[in-house]
Amino acid sequence: MKSPVLIIGIGNPDRGDDAVGVIVAQRLRQRLPAQVPILQTTGDPGFLLEAWQTAETVILIDAVQSGAPPGTIHRLDAHESPLPANFFRCSTHALGLPEAIELARALNLSRSEQDQSRPGRDKSRSERDELPPQLIVYGIEAKDFTAGTGLSAPVEQAADQLVDTVCCAHDCIGQAARAVVP
Amino acid sequence: MKSRTIKIDWLARVEGEGALHVKIKDGKVADLKFRIFEPPRFFEAFMRGRKYSEAPDITARICGICPIAYQMSACHAMEDAFSVKVDGPLRALRRLIYCGEWIESHALHVFLLHAPDFLGYEDAIQIARDHPDIVRRALQLKKAGNNLVTLLGGREIHPINVRVGGFYSVPTKRELAALTGPLEAARDIAVEAVRWTATLPFPDFERDYEFVALRHPGEYPFNEGRLVSNRGLDIAVRDYDKHFAEQHVPHSTALHSQIEDRGAYFVGPLARVNLNFDKLSPLAQETASAAGFKPPCRNPFKSIIARCVELVYACDEALRIIAEYEMPDQPAVQFQPQAATGYGCTEAPRGILYHRYRIDDQGLILDAKIVPPTSQNQGSIEDDLREFISANLSLPAEKLQWQCEQTIRNYDPCISCSTHYLKLHLEQT
Repeated sequence: MKSPVLIIGIGNPDRGDDAVGVIVAQRLRQRLPAQVPILQTTGDPGFLLEAWQTAETVILIDAVQSGAPPGTIHRLDAHESPLPANFFRCSTHALGLPEAIELARALNLSRSEQDQSRPGRDKSRSERDELPPQLIVYGIEAKDFTAGTGLSAPVEQAADQLVDTVCCAHDCIGQAARAVVP
Repeated sequence: MKSRTIKIDWLARVEGEGALHVKIKDGKVADLKFRIFEPPRFFEAFMRGRKYSEAPDITARICGICPIAYQMSACHAMEDAFSVKVDGPLRALRRLIYCGEWIESHALHVFLLHAPDFLGYEDAIQIARDHPDIVRRALQLKKAGNNLVTLLGGREIHPINVRVGGFYSVPTKRELAALTGPLEAARDIAVEAVRWTATLPFPDFERDYEFVALRHPGEYPFNEGRLVSNRGLDIAVRDYDKHFAEQHVPHSTALHSQIEDRGAYFVGPLARVNLNFDKLSPLAQETASAAGFKPPCRNPFKSIIARCVELVYACDEALRIIAEYEMPDQPAVQFQPQAATGYGCTEAPRGILYHRYRIDDQGLILDAKIVPPTSQNQGSIEDDLREFISANLSLPAEKLQWQCEQTIRNYDPCISCSTHYLKLHLEQT
């Protein structure tokens, strides 16, 4: 049984504003009941793809660099269009978040094509989907990625604002919070 | 007179950043430069004055893919300096965490970075559309390695549980036993991967390399052994500097490493399998032989098979260690630091990683030397490219560029650790 929601904060806690994803996740942890699953990660695609299979709605928080004023909060819906690749700090190691999402989308697509040719199998399909039915990415525009500096002022402010937004804007969190712990 | 330039400006699917410039004149390669443009990172300099015990964790940050290799080489160098011997279950746990790193690193490179070259795909996302099972198997295999590194290293990325003398804490038998199922499944995937990669279309290309790897009388090498080659090199790790020299080349921030009097050499999975085939587990040997892989293999493109053979071995070895594990009383051995010079060389996923530290009587580092595998392979990468391009000038530009990238990826080069990587510029006059 999938959780109604899963919140994931992505970032490197030691690289200035890059930490904002994990900091928002930590603050949400303090605000939301324990039934709401919240994870922190440095963004390994294997980890993300596995985690995504556990929830109907996934809310991701990450730092971005698009050229907008620092602290700007972007809301991206992965099902509407691919994430702009130049938004996210590209990793010199393997795959980044946009690639992880496209990988999951490609895997889903291939499965649904397979399933189409084998009618009667689609019942279990969404249970195994790599790309969750809903995937919302909140990107906070970063200012500074200097090691060991903590969040810059505009990003700090945006972090608090995003905590409020996430708490209010998603009905699925309420559903998860009301869920009876087995 | 015909002139042509091949430029590869950003080499995707390589760890780090680099570029390749090739100038072709009258049908010959006139100039070839494999550049790396990550800034120099000065790790050796900022180790000076730090405590010996900080070396494993600081140098581990040189690379996000092979931090265990850095921790292991640093620990062994310090233990060499202080005459510390780590044995029994602690030694086995070191091999086990190294198995985890090889599995993670090889799975990523074989399936998601190198296989697209052979199958004609731009990247792993395209592979996922046509061959989703390949990608799913890669992720499953990688996960089995992640499990090991996370449990023994203390966390998923940038492990923090390794120390000079052993570990900060050791796992229980039960914690390790939980990893058995995923490792058995991973081993099956690896066996299948050897069969599958052996059927890939390989360019007809061989060179007479000097392969260099560790060799140990009792085991396939991870942490210990003598440095050997197929041309008679057989030395203790502490004699490394007498036989290998690093040269600064203007076109790269990475140093190029050479064997004295002989030049470029080849490190990594293909070198290890060629020099240590008899030390692989029976299953790894049988799988390789059944797939038609025979050492010595001199086709660098077949390093993808060698990587899969090592995946089988690493899963096998991890399962063996877990089955025989008894939890030690102490997570680390006791020792006294002393003024000395220590030498360490271990087998990172990409090849030998050499560390040397001079320590004072307070345990502070006076100077450090770190030679990562990619800078050791750079000479061979350039030589391969020179020969490959010369032999394939008739190929259309796009195809030639593609195969140049593939040639470079044979070495799974890690630009961030050698600071030392891709844009391709091919100029023909």
